[in-house]
Amino acid sequence: MGRTLFEKIWDSHLVTSSETGPSLLYVDLHLIHEVTSPQAFDGLRIGGRRVRRPDRTLATADHNVPTDPLDVPVADPISKKQLDVLEENCAEAGITLFPRGHANQGIVHVIGPELGVSQPGMIIVCGDSHTSTHGALGALAFGIGTSEVEHVLATQTIPQTKPRTLAVNVVGTTPLGVTAKDIALGVIRRLGTGGGSGYVVEYRGHAISALSMEGRLTLCNMSIEAGARAGLIGVDDVTINYLRTTPGVPQGDEFATAEKSWREFASDPDAVFDDEITIEAASLAPLMTWGTNPSQVVEVTGVVPAPVDEADTRSLEYMDLAPGTPLSQVAVDVVFIGSCTNSRIEDLRAAAAVAAGNTVASSVRALVVPGSHRVKKQAEAEGLDQVFLAAGFEWREPGCSMCLGMNPDQLTPGQRSASTSNRNFEGRQGRGGRTHLVSPAVAAATAIVGCFAIPHEVAR
Amino acid sequence: MKPVALVEGRGVPLGRSDIDTDQIIPSEWLKRVERTGFGRGLFSEWRDDPSFILNQQDFVGAAVLVANARFGTGSSREHAVWALMDYGFEAVVASSFGDIFRNNASKQGLVIVELAEADVAELRDLIEKNPRMVITIDLTRRTIEVAEVAWQREFAMSDTIRERLLNGWDDIGLTLLHEDDISTFETSYDRQHPSAAAQFSAEATS
Repeated sequence: MGRTLFEKIWDSHLVTSSETGPSLLYVDLHLIHEVTSPQAFDGLRIGGRRVRRPDRTLATADHNVPTDPLDVPVADPISKKQLDVLEENCAEAGITLFPRGHANQGIVHVIGPELGVSQPGMIIVCGDSHTSTHGALGALAFGIGTSEVEHVLATQTIPQTKPRTLAVNVVGTTPLGVTAKDIALGVIRRLGTGGGSGYVVEYRGHAISALSMEGRLTLCNMSIEAGARAGLIGVDDVTINYLRTTPGVPQGDEFATAEKSWREFASDPDAVFDDEITIEAASLAPLMTWGTNPSQVVEVTGVVPAPVDEADTRSLEYMDLAPGTPLSQVAVDVVFIGSCTNSRIEDLRAAAAVAAGNTVASSVRALVVPGSHRVKKQAEAEGLDQVFLAAGFEWREPGCSMCLGMNPDQLTPGQRSASTSNRNFEGRQGRGGRTHLVSPAVAAATAIVGCFAIPHEVAR
Repeated sequence: MKPVALVEGRGVPLGRSDIDTDQIIPSEWLKRVERTGFGRGLFSEWRDDPSFILNQQDFVGAAVLVANARFGTGSSREHAVWALMDYGFEAVVASSFGDIFRNNASKQGLVIVELAEADVAELRDLIEKNPRMVITIDLTRRTIEVAEVAWQREFAMSDTIRERLLNGWDDIGLTLLHEDDISTFETSYDRQHPSAAAQFSAEATS
């Protein structure tokens, strides 16, 4: 019997193996950032332990960094301290760090793929639940807690009980205007926030093969919103062509050797998954969330649904929405284009294409936060910054920004946002804020119209 | 980690489903570099409401949080576990949990009890009727019990997690018992898969 992509990666990283309890897996790449690492380094010091493989660890400052111009200092002393502590810890351990302002700095899940350090067949961990993003490259990548960060720093391994596998088949062709974000929201609507719990998801089917690497990163990124710690896509030409453009992969003749081994990391045709679901791509449309968990999804051109349970009622109340209201009549205060879900060059191109020649509604503050300095530089080379600025969007420095509001980019109580990020939890973007998750194109259209809108509705 | 075999204490019924880790500990609290003091941030947005259950006198000093479906979904922040424990909770009962939260809890000694949804609802009802009653969670027997009303349920917990909690084992110490296995694997793995990240060390400035 053939093996799934997940099984191939699992088998090739077993340091010790157990059928009943946890197996010990070797970690290729450990990504760290300022928020979930300081207590792990403290733990190492208390235990008299060292970082085993600083060369397999890579750090960036992302969650706390302001997105103001780089000459503006970090105003919040607590954020500043956390960023400083990351620098101290990395210097002490000999870990490469891309601090604020560095040419390679950016959101951890944007820089791993774009630098080419996230590669097929790897096990990648990070103290961040959106580590599932890197699975788009055919790697097994998942988020861990701070105790596990300490464990990986000390041992370069992680104990794991074998998860089950779930194939999510998205078959057929997606309608025009349906993006990877809409596929992700469609999958979460189907699975619910707990449906992927205990599973590693592999996305398969024509609609997945047809996605660009940026789209695949978006889709795998949101696996955790369906409860799955990891989401994977098998290696194909799209993967290889993307990797070829990154600086971190073997160059010249060595690339061909690497390519040969990477291409092994796809599920065998006769591989069997523990479970399987199928979604017809044709059934998807531009989607958005209406509530306070990411499975509460509706079409952008639809209406606020009637509640089906107490949780829905509570969500409607928090979101200050009445059932039956067309979303095209719901006004937003803020539009945020950014986050590890949707801040890559293709996302910015999609938003800029809608923004070009238009003007942000006077009632709306619209922010564009590129995922990294590399993305920012590329966008500026293409003139996207000028498109956004001319339309009235803010063009900011890279970071996690308003996705979780740890830096000054936050909603104020009662404000409503259209956001390309990944979580619409209560208060996620700032205390009392109301978040609706959308794709970059819908976000841009919404900024211009002032209420939720699909790009078709934006006049040229 | 401190060994834990028995949790005995009063409960708090918090019947909302989908309590994500952003609710348990909002992100403004994550800027701290310490591991202690997060109890003040527990459910901090909800605690502003004087009628919120943790603000009610009946529930001060409770040890068992009885929630609902999908507790602890979302962010990987272990701060959620630290906040619950720092506040005084020793166990959380719910019908399902986020995977990363459950894992983080097992590293810190916060006891996770997963029961059928109807059983969790029953337990919440019992507490609401009598907030003073004592809930006993016995890890050795894998049971949760309210002796005064003769209510008892068994729950599943993997042997691995149970052993770790009962003994207060440190994961890193356990793993390093396999140091020879790690070194052997690593030596051969490094030859075939040198670190891709290492090449960026020269480019970094700090």
